[in-house]
Parts: sequence; C-alpha cells; structure tokens
Amino acid sequence: MSLEAGLGLTLGKLVLEVELAVATGELVVLLGPNGAGKTTLLRAIAGLVPLDRGRVVLDGDVLEDTAAGTRVPTEQRPVGFVFQDYLLFPHLSALENVAFGLRARGIPKAEARRRAAGWLDRVGLAASAGARPRALSGGQAQRVALARAMVGDPRLLLLDEPLAALDAATRTEVRRDLRRHLASFDGTRLLVTHDPLEAIALADRLVVLEAGRLTQTGTPAEVSAQPRSRYVAELVGVNLYRGLADGRSVRLPDGGAVVAADLNYGEVFAAIHPHAVALHRQPPEGTPRNVWSGTADTLEVIGDRVRIRVTGLVPIVAEVTPAAASELHLGDGGPVWATVKATEVTVYPA
Amino acid sequence: MGFLAVPLLGLLNQTPWGHLLAELTTPIALQALRLSLVCSLGAVAVSLLLGVPLAFVLARVEFPGRNFVRALTTLSMVLPPVVGGVALLLAFGRRGLVGRWLDEAFGITLPFTTAGAILAEAFVAMPFLVISTEAGLRAMDRRYEDAAATLGAGRWLTFRRVTLPLIAPSLGAGVALCWARALGEFGATITFAGNLPGVTQTMPLAVYIALETDLQAAIALSLVLLVVSLAVLISLRDRWFPTA
Repeated sequence: MSLEAGLGLTLGKLVLEVELAVATGELVVLLGPNGAGKTTLLRAIAGLVPLDRGRVVLDGDVLEDTAAGTRVPTEQRPVGFVFQDYLLFPHLSALENVAFGLRARGIPKAEARRRAAGWLDRVGLAASAGARPRALSGGQAQRVALARAMVGDPRLLLLDEPLAALDAATRTEVRRDLRRHLASFDGTRLLVTHDPLEAIALADRLVVLEAGRLTQTGTPAEVSAQPRSRYVAELVGVNLYRGLADGRSVRLPDGGAVVAADLNYGEVFAAIHPHAVALHRQPPEGTPRNVWSGTADTLEVIGDRVRIRVTGLVPIVAEVTPAAASELHLGDGGPVWATVKATEVTVYPA
Repeated sequence: MGFLAVPLLGLLNQTPWGHLLAELTTPIALQALRLSLVCSLGAVAVSLLLGVPLAFVLARVEFPGRNFVRALTTLSMVLPPVVGGVALLLAFGRRGLVGRWLDEAFGITLPFTTAGAILAEAFVAMPFLVISTEAGLRAMDRRYEDAAATLGAGRWLTFRRVTLPLIAPSLGAGVALCWARALGEFGATITFAGNLPGVTQTMPLAVYIALETDLQAAIALSLVLLVVSLAVLISLRDRWFPTA
C-alpha cells in the first residue's frame, strides 16, 4: 500500500511542482517554511485543489490523472484529513463530530455512535463525548480531530501541522500520543510541519519543501548531516556554502574559497559547523587552511555558548564561549579573522 | 428620542384597551389579520425559494456583473414601495412584459389577487433575506465544507448538516426581517394588488381605510403591527445591539 503523487499546480503566487512517493509503514514528514506549499500539497492530494497537471495514485487506484482526464471527488477518496485548526463542527458534540464520517457513508446512527464512542475511548476522551468543541482544550480537540479522521478506516492519513495550534507545554505530550496513534495506523501517512523538532521526532523519512519544490529527502539524520539548502542549514545550525570544487578547494560564486581536506570535483555543498570556527583580532598564523577576514556583526547567546555572525567575502557564523567573546570584545563589532581547519569542512555533491 | 417616541406613545395612549378584543374580532379585522398572515408567510416562502439560491450565487460564484446583480437585488429595498408596485404592474400586469404571457398561456392574472399581494410583499422583502444570508455565507469558514468532504459527505449532505447549521443565525435573522417587512408592506401591495377586503386587504391597508371611518379599529390593528415589530426587534437584539 502506498501513495504516489507527481503533480504541478499554480495557486495564486505559489507554483507547486512535486514528485512524492510514500510507502506504507514509513511515516513521511513534509518539512518546510511557511508559504512553501505544504498545505496546498496536502489539499491537492485530498482533492480539494484541482491539479494543473499530474497524477495521484493511492494503493494502485488512480485518484486523479490530468492526462487521462479522471478525477475522483474528495468525498469518494479513502482519505482522512486532520486540519491545522482541527475544524471540528462547532454545532455538533465531540461524539457527533467523530460519527459524522460514518453517518455520511450511510452507516446507521446507532452503529456510527458506537464506533465513534470506541474511538473516543481509544484517544482517552470517553468522558468528553457530549462536549461541544468550544468546551475542549487544544489537546483534546486535536485528539477528537484525529479520531474523526481515522474512524472511517481511511487508507491515507494526511495531517496538516497537527501540533501547531498547541502551546509548547501541551505539544510534547500530544506529540507522544500522536506518535503512538500513527504507529498503530496501518495505512499510508503523510504529515506536514514547519517545526523541525516535530519533524525529527516523528519522521521515518523527511522531505523538505521550499517555494513549491522539494529540495531534499532522507532520514532526519541524513538531512541534518548534509543540508542542501539555506533553510535546512539554518534549521540545523550549520554554515552552508555552494560552489565549484576543484580538488581540495571550493570556489564560491562571490569570489571567496573554502579549503577542505578531501578531494572533490564539480558542483558541491560545503558545510562547516559553527563550533569549528575560531575568531581572532589579529591576522592569525598557524595550520588552518581557511583564513578569512571579515567584520563581527551580530551576537546571540544560546545556552552557554555565544554565536557571532561574521560578514565578509565568506560570511560565517562562529560559536564561542562567553568568556572568549568578552575577552575579544566581540560585542563591539569591528574587524575579525575567522579560521577553520580543512578537516572540519564537510563537502558533498550538490 | 422624543421625536421617535411621541408618536408611539400617542398610539398607546389612544388605544381602546377596554374593547380591544372586540375591535380585533370584527369580520373586516379578522379578514385583514388572516390575509396578512397568509401573504407575509407566502412572501417569506417565495423569498426563501428564490433568495437562498441567489445568496449562494452571490456569495460563492464569481461572474461578470456580480456587483450589478447585487445592487439590483437591494434596489427594491430602497425603492419607494409605490414605485415598486408600479414596476410590478408594468411587468406582471395583464398587459405587462411577463403578465401578458402568463395571461395568454395560462390564464393567470396577478394584479388584484392574493397571489399578487404575496408577489408584491416578496418583491420588497426578499432583499433582506438575501443580504443577511449572503453575509452569513461569506462569514462562514468554507474549510468546514472541505472537512465534510474529506469525511465522505457529498454536496447536498454537506449543505444540510454543515453549511445550513453554520449560517442558521444569519438565515434566521434574514427570515425575521423579511417577514416583518412583508407584514408591513403597504405601497407596493395597494398599487399592484389593490385594496380588496378578503382578497388583498392586508393589515396595513385595512388600517389606512379604517382611519377614515373607524379610528378605533385602525388603532387596534396598528397596535398588533406594533407588537409584532417589537417582537422581531427583541428577538434580534443580540445581533443588532450586542451587549459587550
């Protein structure tokens, strides 16, 4: 059982062009900044947004195929959708909300309510069955939304930022429960988020969507180790450069160069962790192959480390101890020299 | 404030409280009451039948000239009712644009009939329903309909179990206003449907006639209309005068 979607569509300013495959058993998390098109992609798979071109195939059944002119309307797709703000029907109780999908499919009222009650019990909300959505807390509403989507035994479960509407304290606990419920679901699952923590906590495989296009896919570990875009690099907290490698030297478009320990050729990414960067006030002499002059710009305290952004031909973020930062008066800005050992530079094909 | 209150106070002051019931149960009065009820409810029915789909189209469908259609819908709301009546005559009168065809093809005449009174009242009252319903539809989060679709609900089921309950307050307010307006309609009714007791003489028309011959009856009927207006106002107070 699986999902295959290759689609293109334009909605307002967003141009979405995506090829995505999700196998059963793997929980794929779609990660990306706001406006990347994550929600639109989910809605397109659910049939709420028409495709300009492409195909959506679920478990071998064609849900949409622009070339063949076929389109299965949303209400006939075996898809469960958990919306970002849950969208529980305000005029129905929690039980009626969960039973809605069953009643819509013609299941008699008593049977539908029985199954809905069973699901509410599974998510630990048997006591709130008669409550209206506005009387529920964020975490409770999320669980009702999940039960409502799953009660009809869909073959594909789509979750749009399921934890976004919760406060930080509730989020951790609900994330744990969500993980458990998703693990017991035996269909295909696709979850969307802009929160990297959520992505790493839940994903078997991570897919990064930026400005309508997929920029990277892999396990969370793979993606963190080798970021392929500014967005991911910033999430992971790594300095990322893209350039032309010619042996050990990577030439950057603006004119600077990064020296690595390994040999590489062609278009590459070069990643440098901030803690590998040393800063000096005097032109340094020593073994590091990478020596860049620049200006100390902004300073940020993160835990017991300080991150300094250095502007220049090769802009870089360095991580040092607070003692070091104050000793060099880095908070005052001014010219600095940044050094990085070649062995600390990770280079991989672009 | 006094300007608005004094006429109402004057009405209450002159009311023949003693034989109010007697005044309201004369044949003329009962006819007028019954007719008003029948025609106003008929007008609401027509307004619902035509107005709700229209509100849907205006709220959901983008078509060229939509603003013009919306303006046209509200026109009969601001048009002097007598002018509305004249327009109806020109359209639905026996020699009118549509009336001529109705007469020749089906033998149906509308002027000076109860059906005509219903038509006249619907003409002036429908915009209230359309505007209120359209506002409700626009204010509604359409994603609820998306949610219903993902749960397997077709268009009609979604409309019945999701959309209607969500716009019920706006729809209800629209119906209340529509009914109150239809009940009080005078100018268009008397021009198009005439003033025939038992056929088209609704309460406002009966009051008008009674003023010359039987003031007591006029006051009694006016009081009924006043009470109805107050009832509508009170039932809609939370929408118009929300308490903070």
